[in-house]
Amino acid sequence: MYTKDGEKYFVVDGHTHFWDASPENWVPGQEEYAKGWIECFHAYQGLGPADTHWPLDRFQKYSEELMMHDLFEVGHVDVAIFQPTNLRQWYTNGFNTTEANAALSEKHPGKFRVNTYFDPREGDAGMRAFEERVKRYGCKGVKLYTAEWRGDSRGWSLKDPEAAKYLEKCEELGVKNIHVHKGPTIWPLDKDAFDVSDIDYVATNFQGLNFIVEHVGLPRIEDFCFMATQERNVYAGLAVVVGGLMHARPKFFAKVMGELMFWLGEDKLIFGADYAIWEPRWQVEGFVDWQMPKDEELSDFAPLTVTQKKKILGLNAARLYDIEVPADLRLDEAPVVEPVGVPGP
Amino acid sequence: MTTVEYQGAGAGRTAAVTSAVWSALGTVRDPELDEPLTDLGFVSRAEVNPAGRAVVRLRLPTYFCAPNFAFLMVADAYDAVSAVAGVTETDVALDDHFAAAAINRGVAARAGFVASFEGEAVDELDALRADFVRKAVLAGTDRVCRALLANGVERERLPGLTLGDAPEGADRERLRARRRELSLPADDGDPLLVDPVTGAAVRPEQLARHLGLARLTRTSQEANSGVCRGMLHARYPHIDTREGEG
Repeated sequence: MYTKDGEKYFVVDGHTHFWDASPENWVPGQEEYAKGWIECFHAYQGLGPADTHWPLDRFQKYSEELMMHDLFEVGHVDVAIFQPTNLRQWYTNGFNTTEANAALSEKHPGKFRVNTYFDPREGDAGMRAFEERVKRYGCKGVKLYTAEWRGDSRGWSLKDPEAAKYLEKCEELGVKNIHVHKGPTIWPLDKDAFDVSDIDYVATNFQGLNFIVEHVGLPRIEDFCFMATQERNVYAGLAVVVGGLMHARPKFFAKVMGELMFWLGEDKLIFGADYAIWEPRWQVEGFVDWQMPKDEELSDFAPLTVTQKKKILGLNAARLYDIEVPADLRLDEAPVVEPVGVPGP
Repeated sequence: MTTVEYQGAGAGRTAAVTSAVWSALGTVRDPELDEPLTDLGFVSRAEVNPAGRAVVRLRLPTYFCAPNFAFLMVADAYDAVSAVAGVTETDVALDDHFAAAAINRGVAARAGFVASFEGEAVDELDALRADFVRKAVLAGTDRVCRALLANGVERERLPGLTLGDAPEGADRERLRARRRELSLPADDGDPLLVDPVTGAAVRPEQLARHLGLARLTRTSQEANSGVCRGMLHARYPHIDTREGEG
């Protein structure tokens, strides 16, 4: 919980990781990729305030104690949602797995929600293992990284028929939150890897599931926003938006927040710090303090209210994940607000 | 004395060709960001030796930048540099990227994208490029319309205006150039607002949606540019990249 100016904010960090990218965990022959991946993440950290930058060795592998401290002791986070990214092709024990996350979660009851993953390329055996993970760890969500390499494959699409089988299983098991993370490779490589039309397709077909598009579809915010106006069950994960822009590019942060409020509205935005890329503390405090600048270029956008910030920082995610919010941290009433948006043709 | 003069003239020629190579690289754009590679800091080295051999090295914000766009930039840089008068041999390569070997080999062999990524791609990149030029048209539309509105033009009048009504300057000419690339109407007498796919004039009832998309597309493009510049700087802290607004 974070308190500022007499207002109390219930904070759900919708996007956190406990990873191991230390050289001991690099798959022989795949070192270049394992190293390239974590160094890329480390460069993202460079977009946050200088006093929150970590040395690379700590960034490669951090302790449980440090994570608990950064999130819950000083980071104002009430509940954090683990989003796994396996990358077993590059990291021997995986980069950030359901199992490692769940082990940490079990030691700290109530602090975390454990999401798992599915990969339609894993076939029937993968389906059985998926169901087992969901039941064992009580998963209410999955994190899908469609650019993950598997053998010669450079990724997959949610439009793949095999993916539909897994989404049907999600509905059956009550795994209702589908977080989708786009990356730079897919098959075929000549298509835009960041295209979000596959999310549009499944959001239409699976109305009972929520689709949370991580980093708001960056670098395709425009496609994402336009798609989201047409799908009631599509949400924006703010990881990278707050961490990557609020400090480094405040004017673009204002524009992006303005667009997200305009096209999606306050009930569809989900805060995520994306630890350990960025620590939650400066993001939570900065976002509560942040206001839409009075700038001619931003004149289309209204200032954010305290209520809107409370929803974005925690109440929206609590709703999706059935997280109990203490009575004094709830809103008096929570009307669903339609986005302003622009109607279709 | 004669020899020294001769060398001096040679050095002058080499410097002129090197300068022309940098200018040529300034015409090559990142297709996603619609900005020149030279402004983005993506050219780490461009040299020409007295024999006319040009060596150019490119770098990108991350090891995992999308390989299709990376390929376009390396291939476009190769084409631009090899067309410079005085360049006799062209060596353009991308450094520090997971697909650098495939890209560099493919571009050097003039092999095209499908052949360079055998089994991983089914088509060349023309459609991908055109999609992003259309985005550049939308983003450019926001720029010129904002300038018009700032000059007191009423929003409702925009569908009746022509490209020539937009304020003179770099933004208008950049928009015109992108429209030309797509064979969209681009003369002064053509409509200011056109559909970036069909080229049809935007009708008054489509105005709100068109301007909304134009603003959104520009926001996305500029936010991406900001992230890319920041990432490049984090990756290569010693370089001095020109900072964009924001």
